[in-house]
Amino acid sequence: MKSKANVVIVGGGIIGASIAYYLAKAGVEDIIIIDKEYPSSGSTGRCGAGVRHQWGLEMNCLLAKDSIMEFERLHEEIPTDFDIDFKQKGYLMLAYTDKQVEQYKKNIKLQKSLGIDVNLLTPREAKEIVPHLNTEDLLAATFCPKDGHINPFIANLVYIIGAERLGVKVQKYTEVIDVEVKNGKVKSVLTTKGRVETNYLINAAGPYSQHIAEMAGVKIPVYSERHQILVTQPVKLIQDPMVISLKHGFYCQQVPHGSFIMGFGDPNELKTTELSSSWNFMEEMAERVLPVLPVLKDFKVVRQWSGSYNMTPDAQPILGNSEEVNNLYFACGFSGHGFMLAPSVAKLTAQMLTDKPLDIDVNVLNLKRFAEDKLIKEPSVV
Amino acid sequence: MDDKIIICRCEDITVGEIKKLVSMGLDTIEELKRVTRCGMGSCQGRTCQGLLQSTLRDITGKPVSEIKPHKFRPPSKPVPLGIFGGEHIEE
Repeated sequence: MKSKANVVIVGGGIIGASIAYYLAKAGVEDIIIIDKEYPSSGSTGRCGAGVRHQWGLEMNCLLAKDSIMEFERLHEEIPTDFDIDFKQKGYLMLAYTDKQVEQYKKNIKLQKSLGIDVNLLTPREAKEIVPHLNTEDLLAATFCPKDGHINPFIANLVYIIGAERLGVKVQKYTEVIDVEVKNGKVKSVLTTKGRVETNYLINAAGPYSQHIAEMAGVKIPVYSERHQILVTQPVKLIQDPMVISLKHGFYCQQVPHGSFIMGFGDPNELKTTELSSSWNFMEEMAERVLPVLPVLKDFKVVRQWSGSYNMTPDAQPILGNSEEVNNLYFACGFSGHGFMLAPSVAKLTAQMLTDKPLDIDVNVLNLKRFAEDKLIKEPSVV
Repeated sequence: MDDKIIICRCEDITVGEIKKLVSMGLDTIEELKRVTRCGMGSCQGRTCQGLLQSTLRDITGKPVSEIKPHKFRPPSKPVPLGIFGGEHIEE
């Protein structure tokens, strides 16, 4: 492994890979990605593979809109033989209470003002889009046809290929074990394969981001939380959109390949980076999803797995550099929606590092918001 | 080995596709699984895993003992979702 690099990125998931690509595209040279395993071995390769515009804060809508636009044109940006399987058949978000309907109406007003096509549907209209939807007790739903599914492994791989073409080095199976800081600056990174001196360190380590920050002497208020998912055998294509119910706490989509993927937010999940599977997950998943999508009962589950959400106190990411160690940049704490925001976050991080004006104002996502008690309130986190 | 030989019959993955990805540096079973879906189908690797190991041995020259199989995950065979929680929602 090389002993010096201008920029060291810890983590080769979609965040680290896309930051490397956009930095190299901006003309930054001598970048190395260090991953303890390989790109998409962590949270990217374990995610629910959905991308949506339907957020409740302007900043999040703009980040999502820009990211989805970049995913739409990724095959032009980085031409390869790989297809990211972008299925833009929408997200259908179900509302079961008056309060939820009111929130969704507010969200839609905001989203429309930002040029995002989202509509409030009656239960009957929702059933036209998902014929097997049980609309009992359903009051309304929102639908954005441009939301959808992307293959996270391939999207990650395409950004790695793009970065490597621009000279970025990817160091797999190499773990960062310490960070040397002198006079408020990261000087070098110690890994299991040797030491690398560097001018910048970017913490894109996903569930391990708090450990990397701690090595540099910076405390970040994040923790990792296990989330579980299951996938069924492929069946004929019957469900266009991702279906989300905040009331039941689940999301469920059919990927282009035919499998159904689903998961739910479990308040009792382990607060750890451990990636084991629990015996009760499948039972609870079935109990939540089958009343709403009963057709799924005959589909066979082939696999369950788990991944980590890197959670912040307000479920919003941490971007920008540290005031204490000012050449340490964060792109972590995505709280379960890092994959879908990656391209936009990566472009902005590249703009920060190269002192360019930011396309989207994300200064509120700085680490100091926690100390200053300026938490962000996003109403549409699953 | 003939590039057209199918290694993973659930997902139709051939020796040729594996060779191409190995030449790109994707030379472990976990990495190949994520990019090709080899081992993600109905058999969950029970059919293809050994074939993939011996193919990787032939391509890379590593002994099979150094080619780690992918992680096996529950359930141990495909089970309808309804079995896990469907009884009380039967019409």
